[in-house]
Amino acid sequence: MKRAKVAYGGAIHDAFEHPAGVQLADGRVLSEDTVVWLPPFEVGTIIALGLNYADHVKELSKELTVTAKDEPLAFLKGRSSLIGHRAQTRRPEGVAFMHYECELAVVIGSTAKNVKRENAMQHVAGYTVANDYAIRDYLENYYRPNLRVKNRDGGTVLGPWLVDAADVPDPHALALRTWVNGVVTQQGNTSDLITDIPALIEYLSSFMTLNAGDVILTGTPDGVVNVNVGDEVVTEIDGIGRLVNTIVADATFGR
Amino acid sequence: MLDFKELTMSNMFQPPVGGTVYGTLLNHREALSALGDQVNAAPYKAPPKAPILYIKPRNTWAQSGDAVVVPSDTQELQMGATLGLVIGRTACKVTAANALDHVAGFVVMNDISVPHDSFYRPSMRFKCRDGSCPMGAYVPRDAVANPDALAVTVAIDGVVVQHTDTGGRVRSVAQLLADVTEFMTLHPGDVLSIGVAAHAPLARSGQRVTITIEGVGQLDNVLVAEELV
Repeated sequence: MKRAKVAYGGAIHDAFEHPAGVQLADGRVLSEDTVVWLPPFEVGTIIALGLNYADHVKELSKELTVTAKDEPLAFLKGRSSLIGHRAQTRRPEGVAFMHYECELAVVIGSTAKNVKRENAMQHVAGYTVANDYAIRDYLENYYRPNLRVKNRDGGTVLGPWLVDAADVPDPHALALRTWVNGVVTQQGNTSDLITDIPALIEYLSSFMTLNAGDVILTGTPDGVVNVNVGDEVVTEIDGIGRLVNTIVADATFGR
Repeated sequence: MLDFKELTMSNMFQPPVGGTVYGTLLNHREALSALGDQVNAAPYKAPPKAPILYIKPRNTWAQSGDAVVVPSDTQELQMGATLGLVIGRTACKVTAANALDHVAGFVVMNDISVPHDSFYRPSMRFKCRDGSCPMGAYVPRDAVANPDALAVTVAIDGVVVQHTDTGGRVRSVAQLLADVTEFMTLHPGDVLSIGVAAHAPLARSGQRVTITIEGVGQLDNVLVAEELV
């Protein structure tokens, strides 16, 4: 099942996929553009992976001081950076390199502590699409990637749907791609994850308890390019969803 | 299916803390100067410019009186005594002059770390262990006249091992809120720490750690080896 959370008619609703767009839990069927899309579940801790596709490691190798890594490069994001499908993300005036990152987001469904790889997938509730924006102009070499790069308002786009794990037979065989203004700029496949989903759950749960609603953004493949004000950025994963975002200027936010 | 029944009180924090808890790195002038010329060498290449933040996720949240587990991969933990600013009103692009209007109150915070030398890209293992962010002794904002001048002591088994204060920061409370909310919004329930002072003491299993911040209160936790839990 594909589930969403939307605002409509003065309230927040659970909603479900429908041939005409979405159907609210109360029965109303609405087109995609008449509702306000929220992140599709109550989000807890947001864990993101850096450099988890071999080709992306190569792409960024010029700025890396380490090439081989002993453990996954995981970092955290705050919930205030979250927005849903069809929303806007601000590009500050004067920055040179702001880029999207299309990522498979793994949503935890039950408490996981010291979970072994072979049992890890039973803790997955489902999947959604993430667009994990970065503004590299702000990169500093302390606690990389520092939050000014990664944790900006509107910098974590999630949705449209939470797809039940049972409906995704192999999450390690999903093609993903990003379109900027209708042109494909990024392509990859989750089969190329360096640290796959059960290994990530084993690794993370070895030192921290994962809880229902926590989400792991599994990293992005090669092909991140600069985006500009007015661009429509679509991050898409086959079978999971097509997540639309628009880049806007400071003026939209009264800056 | 998501099972939110599992999110019981052990993972929730009593109000007013309920959002995202942010720590601030190297905001204590002495902590920054302790790095000396290292800040200009690889991998840092330059001193920090904007505030450098990190997140203490909800699995780290604990309260005064909770046992702090010393993970089996380390002998000692670093006790990061600091003041937490509890946000009471949505803070976006605030000025230093009105920053404190957005603070509901203050909390004593122990930002516990597994000791580590590099600030470049530290593993989450160092900052995100279960129960590694005890917070307690909340007071409302107006109970504190000047949050930039509060004495802070850390006692281990009743002996004071660190005596510092909330001043001497690269960014004062008001300036930190202004500079952070320039790039990200803080929401009611979020907590932002002013950063840990230089020479944070180490503690090991069996020891009792008591952090006192003048006018805010006391946070008291005993460390217990993972093997004994």
